Amino acid sequence: MFSLDFLINALSLGSLYALIALGLVIVYGILKLVNFAYGELIMVGGYALFMLGNLPALPWLVMALIAVTIAMLTSYLTERVAFRPVREKSLTAILITSFAVSTLLQNAALLIVSSRSRAVQFPAIFSGSVRLGNVDIANRNILVIVTSTLLLIALTLLLKRTILGIALRAAADKFQMTRMLGVPANLIISVAFVISGLLAGVVSLFWIGRVGSVTPTIGLSPLLIAFVATVIGGMNSLEGAVVGGYLYGFLFSIISLILPQNLLDYREALMFSIVILILLFKPEGLIRGTYSGERVG
Amino acid sequence: MKITTWLKNIFTEHSTLFILITPLIIIALVTDLLDDTLTERIVITMFINLILVLGLQLFMGNGGTLNFAHIGFMGIGAYASVIFSMTPQAKSIGLPDLYPIFNPIQLPFLMALLLGGLIAAFCAAIISFPLMRLSDAAAVITSFALLVIIHVVLVHWDNITAGPQTLFGVDRYTDLWMSVIWGIGFIILAYWFKESSIGLKLRASRDDRYAAATIGINMVIVRWVAFTLSAFMAGIAGGLWAHFITSFSPKAFYLTETFVILAMLVVGGPGGVSGAVVGTLIVSIVREGLRTIESAINIGQLLPSTLVGFAEVFLAIALIVILIFRPGGIMGGREIRWLKKRPLSQKNEDGTNTTIS
Repeated sequence: MFSLDFLINALSLGSLYALIALGLVIVYGILKLVNFAYGELIMVGGYALFMLGNLPALPWLVMALIAVTIAMLTSYLTERVAFRPVREKSLTAILITSFAVSTLLQNAALLIVSSRSRAVQFPAIFSGSVRLGNVDIANRNILVIVTSTLLLIALTLLLKRTILGIALRAAADKFQMTRMLGVPANLIISVAFVISGLLAGVVSLFWIGRVGSVTPTIGLSPLLIAFVATVIGGMNSLEGAVVGGYLYGFLFSIISLILPQNLLDYREALMFSIVILILLFKPEGLIRGTYSGERVG
Repeated sequence: MKITTWLKNIFTEHSTLFILITPLIIIALVTDLLDDTLTERIVITMFINLILVLGLQLFMGNGGTLNFAHIGFMGIGAYASVIFSMTPQAKSIGLPDLYPIFNPIQLPFLMALLLGGLIAAFCAAIISFPLMRLSDAAAVITSFALLVIIHVVLVHWDNITAGPQTLFGVDRYTDLWMSVIWGIGFIILAYWFKESSIGLKLRASRDDRYAAATIGINMVIVRWVAFTLSAFMAGIAGGLWAHFITSFSPKAFYLTETFVILAMLVVGGPGGVSGAVVGTLIVSIVREGLRTIESAINIGQLLPSTLVGFAEVFLAIALIVILIFRPGGIMGGREIRWLKKRPLSQKNEDGTNTTIS
């Protein structure tokens, strides 16, 4: 059952999920905002890639870089225009804002492009595979694993070794205290959104690489994955998000393997029931960060 | 407190009810006189949305926690009422995989509708009891998770629903006055709930959960009652909608509708019943106006491609602008009334008055 094939598949799924979850948690940690518009950043990345594909030949890597940059820019803009003015109001206000931003971006895509899916071009290296022993391993899976490992290492270095990173982690721990020590709140929050956009952009390359096309509603599934992964891992720590992402990737692969076909339809419902149970009985998740009172009784 | 004593004071202390209900009755009368199919369609949809918004207000406005699962219970109410109202012949075509036990059952519309509401409330009561202890982000994610779960179940449980396909063959029972009467009834219920002892406790726990706990309010129970009642209203709205639109699929009970209902409540102001009514009216009018423009542009082929999503983009921007400049909504959580409610004031030792409103 646990063949090399299966392990690589699960690992690549887990790497992708870890990136997805991390992008959501980096904003949640600081603002306590569950960003519903996060999935739409992935969609924006996808559409950027689609539109660049129509232009006369650019190297694919350049197109990918531009797409990621556009996702980062969109993330930053949503923060500047929508989230910053409501930040001080209330948790409900900022949550509804994020829901509104999500609807806005989705319908803007409907309005500007179309509701029909658009095929996105990927270089040949994405669809090929290499032979390892007696199994074929898709290049795409290896690319995901390598890219996410590199990205996680880079982020760890940023967060642990630079002043900016230390300020980010401090803000995620105790935001008010960090502000009092002279760290500019706006800058830190903007940086968090930009990193979130970066992760969403990179995710969009691989997510759309799997599906092959982009639609206005493509962001919903990654958003749901991010929810599940962050709740499993622990919403209040960045390590938790990564662990939760990998764990969910493996869990998902195993469930897909062992669940009979007629129950497979309910896979999503099952995962979300697990989410609710974890929030009820172990709200801090696997990796405990700073605990904020989410229970009242 | 009894609902009848409240109604006696409808012109004085509870003028809110009178002020809110009168224009709605006028709208209904005008629609009835106009006898135009399109107008009637818009007004019925508005009244059904009003019930949904009132239900959301009842839990979210008084309790202060966001609830994404509301539309899910609308879906449960819709499918449950349809199962009890359809004729056996229609069921064998529309719902081929239905459990045989339900096949011969056919109830009068009102009973089916009530049963739909009660089933939605029952599901909510069971599911939500353990969830009501959660707050903040955890509460939001669980309610979102609940919406996804309900959606997945509606899409795949084809022994109860028609699966992802559109369900056909529902008889049209909901007419203008049916929706108006339920709408007005629920305005009274929502207002009464807000002012009732349990509503007051819920609002107290929203404003300060620790202070509320110290005076003996059980926040979990109070929230649970509100959630169940709110799901009942959503279920009734679902039943009314199902017997108005007559063919639908689970897609109707998901994020798009959630956004519209949430926008209506937030634009009006979640803090009060007046906000729910005003928000529903304004957003309905604006939305229909935008849709008319949208279809006029599409029919006239003024643009190279068809215009979709224009109304939603506008609504989303309006919502963000409202949240930035007037986070309490248009009504700011107050109720409309013409007589200023007599403040309960008490003399302090230093001669100043403390007003408890």
